[in-house]
Amino acid sequence: MVTLSSDPQAASDMQLAPEDLKFHVRNVRVSYGEKEALHGVDLDIAKTGVTAFIGPSGCGKSTFLRVFNRMNDTIPGARVSGEVLLDGEDIYGPDVDPVLLRARVGMVFQKPNPFPKSIYDNVAYGPRIHGLTKSATELDEVVEKSLRRAALWDEVKDRLNEQGTGLSGGQQQRLVIARAIAVQPEVILMDEPASALDPIATARLEELIDELKDRYCIIIVTHSMAQAARVSQRTAFFHLGHLVEYDATNTVFTNPTDSRTQDYITGRTG
Amino acid sequence: MILGFALSFIAMIAGGLFGRHLAISQVGRTGETGSAGPNRAHSLPKFHGYMLAWHIGFAALGLLALHGFRRDLLSTPWLIAGLALTTLLAALHSRRIIKPELRARDYVERYVRISLLLCSAVAVLTTFGIVLSLIFESARFFEKVSFLEFLTGLQWSPQTAIRADQAGQSGAFGAVPIFAGTFMIMAVAMLIATPIGLMIAIYLSEYATAKVRGIVKPFIEILAGVPTVVYGFFALLTVGPAIRGLAESMGFAVPTQSAIAAGSVMGVMIIPFISSLSDDVINAVPQNLRDGAYALGATKSETMTQVIFPAALPGIMGAILLGVSRAIGETMIVVMAAGRAANLTGNPFEAVTTVTVQVVSLLTGDQEFDSAKTLAAFALGLVLFVITLILNVIALLIVRRYRERYE
Repeated sequence: MVTLSSDPQAASDMQLAPEDLKFHVRNVRVSYGEKEALHGVDLDIAKTGVTAFIGPSGCGKSTFLRVFNRMNDTIPGARVSGEVLLDGEDIYGPDVDPVLLRARVGMVFQKPNPFPKSIYDNVAYGPRIHGLTKSATELDEVVEKSLRRAALWDEVKDRLNEQGTGLSGGQQQRLVIARAIAVQPEVILMDEPASALDPIATARLEELIDELKDRYCIIIVTHSMAQAARVSQRTAFFHLGHLVEYDATNTVFTNPTDSRTQDYITGRTG
Repeated sequence: MILGFALSFIAMIAGGLFGRHLAISQVGRTGETGSAGPNRAHSLPKFHGYMLAWHIGFAALGLLALHGFRRDLLSTPWLIAGLALTTLLAALHSRRIIKPELRARDYVERYVRISLLLCSAVAVLTTFGIVLSLIFESARFFEKVSFLEFLTGLQWSPQTAIRADQAGQSGAFGAVPIFAGTFMIMAVAMLIATPIGLMIAIYLSEYATAKVRGIVKPFIEILAGVPTVVYGFFALLTVGPAIRGLAESMGFAVPTQSAIAAGSVMGVMIIPFISSLSDDVINAVPQNLRDGAYALGATKSETMTQVIFPAALPGIMGAILLGVSRAIGETMIVVMAAGRAANLTGNPFEAVTTVTVQVVSLLTGDQEFDSAKTLAAFALGLVLFVITLILNVIALLIVRRYRERYE
């Protein structure tokens, strides 16, 4: 069972075969200092496709997202307990190197954060630090492939040596996605990736997410329920640090089982 | 003078109260002359009071300035009489002009702006005054000594004959040795301060726990607060002899006063400037750049050297340049520990002298103020001023460009 939903009908839609499973999360709690932000979450994430986390501000969805690549490690005072298995291996186990984990689980942030380097160097950064390429031509290929996959290549191919910070917001966000893809991750986490973008850039980004979903496991946190409905196949609704409902996106939006989910998606709360 | 200020102040308060009183009788306590809306006065009574006080204040300021500069034209009794008269005139004037429709509030706002402008004019005028006096006195110096000789001469011995019967000292004003000395000491100081200051900044901003930072930061601030004269005798009495002893044990003869002794102590003095400015700059690098690097699987040191440091580099350059201009302008340490002989040497273990040391020695003791010797101090001061000004401008430009990028 992969859902807390009390409706057995809805739950059956969310059954994942073991070979489709990417993350297996049990009883995860996150606290900052004295304050517990997530009160025990159980949830499974599929190998491909897009999983959306929705919920009102402060519900713990971004905190939960940062569990998957151990980004909470970088916050002083943050503590994570529980079990998070990536392909059956506990990523919080004693032998796990968070640096290598983050090469497998890439992340895209709310505000585009290209490094103050050239477009080329931004994309080449990950392959360089992880030693993924053997030659300059191979690195060129990785950069081009990543930029193509992030639907940015045609816009920047003639100015790869210009500063990444000089691009528009939407282009910057796609550059950051290309930078994440260049490390050849299996999972891409996205923390409200469109919240700093205008509607046109948002539409392009959503197209891109749709193209990437067959190749990568994508987890997206979003404030926009319309966006969750458009891009995701599965949706988890969080409220006050609890996972309230997790189901096929269609079901969550058309036939939610929990009254809190219903209130949120119909706009009565949040 | 103090009496004049006190009287002006009292007159302003009295004027303010009087103006307010006058306005209340004219326009009412709340600014309503009648009960209906159209009768509302433009300004509340307090603004009429402020306006009158400001009128008195401006007039008094003029009288005080005249009194201060030309006491022969306006002696103290006349100043007091003048203050009384202007206060009276201003009060009578306000009796005529205070009406409901008088825009007293607008006047007060304008006077506030003018007063603030006058305050900033003090800084601007002082700068102009210093620059002009440096330029004019230097011009007098360059009448006696050619500009070319000053800038390119290799010989510096400023002792000129004060009386006709003094022999031997003709005076040579080639400034190259003392600028060479200045730059050598600056180089020694920056070689010490830049790496240590930067490492401190990186450690404090990226690696240290809050507890360690809480201990280390106050100590660095104490270092910044040590008076330079203390650094000076530390250099002269501790560092200089230590360097000499070390050199002698290796078979070299080194004087107590040397470029290396003064420069290394000056370097320690500059460490806190570099470290705290760089710390601010590194902290100003947005957290999302760090997150971006970590999320790609960069280690802490990779993030630091490849992402944060390049992003902070312009600001760090600014910090270093500000450190350089401090090193060039620093006086006390070099007066005590660098020596006075104007040697032109590339060896940091020899005694050298600096611009600031020479200015001090040219102007201390009994001096005639129109000899080439004393005027040389202005020329040195002018060159020093131009150099530090250029460095500061470059540093500020770099820092500003950096700020723009992240906002």
